[in-house]
Amino acid sequence: MTSESLRDKYGETIVKLGEKHNDIVVLDADLSSSTKTSMFGKRFPERFFNMGISEQSMVSSAAGLALSGKKVFVSTFAVFLMRTYEQIRQSVCYNNVNVKFVVTHAGITVGEDGATHQIVEDVGIMSGIPNMKVIVPVDSIETASVLNYLVEETTTPYYIRLTREKFPVLNEPDYEFKEGKSVTFRDGKDLTIFANGSMVSFSLQAAEELRTHGVDARVINLSSVKPIDREAILKSARETGKIVTAEEHSIYNGIGSRVSEVVSEDYPVMVKRLGMRDTFGKSGKSWELFDYFHMGVQDIVKLSLECFREDKR
Amino acid sequence: MNNEADLKIFEKAREARKLIIEMVYSAKSGHPGGSLSIIDILADLYFREINIDPTNPNDPSRDRLVMSKGHASPALYSILALKGFFPKELLLGFRRLNSKLEGHVHRGVPGVESSTGSLGQGLGIAVGMALAGLMDKANYTVYAIIGDGELEEGSIWESLMAGNKYSLKNLIVIMDKNNVQLDGFTKDIMPMGDIRAKVSAFGWNVLEVDGHSIHEFSEAIKTAKKSGKSPSFIIANTIKGKGVSYMENNPKYHGSPPADEKEYELALRDIERMVP
Repeated sequence: MTSESLRDKYGETIVKLGEKHNDIVVLDADLSSSTKTSMFGKRFPERFFNMGISEQSMVSSAAGLALSGKKVFVSTFAVFLMRTYEQIRQSVCYNNVNVKFVVTHAGITVGEDGATHQIVEDVGIMSGIPNMKVIVPVDSIETASVLNYLVEETTTPYYIRLTREKFPVLNEPDYEFKEGKSVTFRDGKDLTIFANGSMVSFSLQAAEELRTHGVDARVINLSSVKPIDREAILKSARETGKIVTAEEHSIYNGIGSRVSEVVSEDYPVMVKRLGMRDTFGKSGKSWELFDYFHMGVQDIVKLSLECFREDKR
Repeated sequence: MNNEADLKIFEKAREARKLIIEMVYSAKSGHPGGSLSIIDILADLYFREINIDPTNPNDPSRDRLVMSKGHASPALYSILALKGFFPKELLLGFRRLNSKLEGHVHRGVPGVESSTGSLGQGLGIAVGMALAGLMDKANYTVYAIIGDGELEEGSIWESLMAGNKYSLKNLIVIMDKNNVQLDGFTKDIMPMGDIRAKVSAFGWNVLEVDGHSIHEFSEAIKTAKKSGKSPSFIIANTIKGKGVSYMENNPKYHGSPPADEKEYELALRDIERMVP
């Protein structure tokens, strides 16, 4: 399976979109060579604003540009955008203007930089804000499709969570992202694994191994976290009875929480959550960290078997 | 005051002052102190300087004003009503459920360019609007009104850096220097030292005026518009609660309305007696 960088794809795609839409502007806070917005800056210097290491004013200024009719993209590392929670809430979301936050280096796959840079709370923080929508693309193809959708079809705030590492390409080239819709990568009847981001490819590997244990697992990509695909969650709850969630995020307030909320309200089944268990990250090679924090393929297999074998109350 | 145009604006401000008192007294909450300190400036901006048409509020070429000190909503709302953006009667719905007039400045109100209320954000928003104006080679001016307590927000200084970097000559910031914030006097809460020197050092064209002299302020706007490549920052020396004897320089009236009928009537009488 080939792997591709989601942030490289962001850099390329936003340039393409910039060719077509001369009202797209991009803001960054001294990380453009890492977030890849530098590509846009080179092509369209008059529409690129490097605001320096000043995230708060960057976000408010993004709102001002959007209030003046621009389609605004804001990029930095996910962790640093979080310091502007209140600017996002009031300048952008309360005004309900066309600002897209495309952040990179989210989660523990930042690796060696360590806990200070590994945000695992962001999806929860952003999902709580009215008017904000949250998407965690699974691969480079979905990243490009999401960006096209945002520019062509939407005028409200979005949070798009990208990573530093390359991720396996799972979607077909003609895949089209649909907001609020999940994608089933593998069908199964015994249990459903809802995952997003890095954990989708892990879940697919885990599903193969589960087969050798006699468990037929369904794997669904929940890239659209808000709005979430309630219909698919409830359908799986009815058809497979048991659910595992897997995300490169805290088990609090990400898809683990969202899926639990949906089934609790309408069709209660057992849900086991895999993710960061209320802890900070750590320096290390990104792929080592998954094992360290019990978020590797074997951990998904183990949790799924527990879920499958556990007595129903 | 001997100039007829200035006098007219003084009377608009007097009318707005009364509306401010009526709004906060009717709502039994709100921020009269910082509304009364900025109202002369707002009256001058909306009745002389700003190019805006209430019958065409979304005209792309209009000037923009962002009230970064969003608690001065009674001041902005009353001026917008006097300017004709909406009927004066709506002002008494201020802070009530089912009224558009939210407690802090809200974009749903006709004539309001951006919601504000959390300090330190409106200036950044104005910077974004000014950037858009330069990109589009538009002729409009962006005004941002900030408080002096608001300078304690680090994001203000971030925005000042950006204003300098991008040479936002179409941006005029007005600081309502009334020396009072919620918990007391700014010199005690967080002394700012020489604001003029600090903002000048950030690359801005700094002017200083008596914020209750409509004539002086109007002259400063003329100067600011000829500032060359730099954005302008007008330090407006004002009196918190200006025009109401018991509110003047009293931190209590940052966020409290007249306490009772007696205070309410005294406030209106004081305003009526103000002389140009």
